[in-house]
Amino acid sequence: MAIVQARGLTKRYDGRTVVDAVDLDVLPGECFGLLGPNGAGKTTTLRMLLGMTPPDGGRLEVMGFPVPARAREMHERLGVVPQQDSLDPDFSVIENLRTYASYFGLRGDRLEARIADLLGFANLATRADARIHELSGGMKRRLSLARALVNSPQLVVLDEPTTGLDPQARQVIWQRLRLLIAEKRTLILTTHYMDEAQRLCDRIAIMDHGRILDVDVPSALIRRHIEPHVVEVHGAGVEDWLAARGAPLAERTETIGETIFCYTGDYVPLVESLGSFPRLEYLHRPANLEDVFLKLTGRDLRE
Amino acid sequence: MSAAPERVTGLMASLFALRWIAVWKRHARVWRKLAGPALLGNIGEPLLYLLALGYGLGSFIGELQGMGYVTFLASGLVCASAMNTATFEGLYSAYTRMAVQETWNAMLYTPLDLEDIMIGEAVWAASKSLLSASAILLVATLLGAVQGPLAIGVLPVAFLTGLCFSGLALVVTAVARNYDFFLYYFTLFLTPVLLLSGVFFPLDDMPSAIRFGAELFPLSHAIALVRPWMTGQPLADGAWEHVAVLLAYTVAALSLATHLCRRRILR
Repeated sequence: MAIVQARGLTKRYDGRTVVDAVDLDVLPGECFGLLGPNGAGKTTTLRMLLGMTPPDGGRLEVMGFPVPARAREMHERLGVVPQQDSLDPDFSVIENLRTYASYFGLRGDRLEARIADLLGFANLATRADARIHELSGGMKRRLSLARALVNSPQLVVLDEPTTGLDPQARQVIWQRLRLLIAEKRTLILTTHYMDEAQRLCDRIAIMDHGRILDVDVPSALIRRHIEPHVVEVHGAGVEDWLAARGAPLAERTETIGETIFCYTGDYVPLVESLGSFPRLEYLHRPANLEDVFLKLTGRDLRE
Repeated sequence: MSAAPERVTGLMASLFALRWIAVWKRHARVWRKLAGPALLGNIGEPLLYLLALGYGLGSFIGELQGMGYVTFLASGLVCASAMNTATFEGLYSAYTRMAVQETWNAMLYTPLDLEDIMIGEAVWAASKSLLSASAILLVATLLGAVQGPLAIGVLPVAFLTGLCFSGLALVVTAVARNYDFFLYYFTLFLTPVLLLSGVFFPLDDMPSAIRFGAELFPLSHAIALVRPWMTGQPLADGAWEHVAVLLAYTVAALSLATHLCRRRILR
């Protein structure tokens, strides 16, 4: 049975369709990534899954409960790490966990044991009595994650879990998320970081204009949409090289800013052609999820 | 409003399910940490009014309706402080939890729903009203401004007054875009209520338009209930009507606040 099953899920604001008949299945134990540019409809989709936004059409079940009709029962087994930290600034770390647990009706020795585990998990055991404003951004995010786990949820939803964190703090969050994946919890996350999605997610849905453009495992998405090799070229005279030599050697090229992206099955002749253009710099790499994302959602800047 | 009956039954169901106690306890735990300034604000100001106006102005007035002015004023100030305490809680504190600290959002991801939050807010605000009314009752008793043990009946009325005004404040919070917005509410509603509900002077000799207006204010009904108890006068007829007015305001305001918050948050 799917953890999330959406059929024809639709949301309109002021006559504008923000989520347009989306079908979605999230399977037990998988880490599912929802990607899309700003305004693609992923936040609204997520809010509907969480029971925070009533859909205008379609059917939605989360962990077997129709949402929003039985959102309360669904929430008993749900953990949420919101994009914006909503920790209680007046409480210490451990009081935050205890208070959040009280919303689930949890208390007593079993809760205290659970909280001790979670403090260890979040690497905050020595900061249990610290106030929230004393914590770094990474610590706050780890506390938000620990808080989301206080009810031992079957499904954990994370909205941009590492946005705004430094690289070290991101690594720590990833490591913790992998522990949750190893525990066979189901994870749904949104992110703007393609490396994050590629690292963590078993399957990825790419959304734009309220629709899901494609869903699959990352490697299959890359194979389906992008040639295996990418050569990125930039530098003075790059247009001349493209016109004279590059264009026929690549199956597809894209210009983004001052860089030309050449997509090809055979990169050797392309790289050799660059030998006579010493002022150009290039990077040869395998195709990745970012290439898929940009191809499917276009290159326009979304603001 | 077609959603009204639905909102009322939703709030009733939530009231009896008792999940709101977790919301109440959360607020109480925060309050315990910051109790010093909060208590000072809730109790200090009405006490200053009681002392300054009661004795200062009172020395010019002498007797009013057959009692000392301090006695008259104390029974009004108990209700006014219940009103103010719940109003501040329902405006500034609730707005902070809703729009700044995201406390409500965090709660909504758990088995708590919006009705639980609203009832938790209202009962918490009323609890604070009860606390400040108790403190003023105590001080008024020590000053000899309370006549007889029936004055203890003030406390449930203060609680009900707190529920009523927290409900009204939550309606304003539900549509507020920033803290400054609350000044409209203070100037256009709360201050007239404070001045024209019989806290500081009796309304009997006022023009009939003002007396009629005061009848609409919930605070005048709270005072009509409380004043006889605190001043040792026989309770006028229609005590239950005053209770009914306060209850009706409470139910209507909380239902409307829930409706508006649902439109704002769960959209």
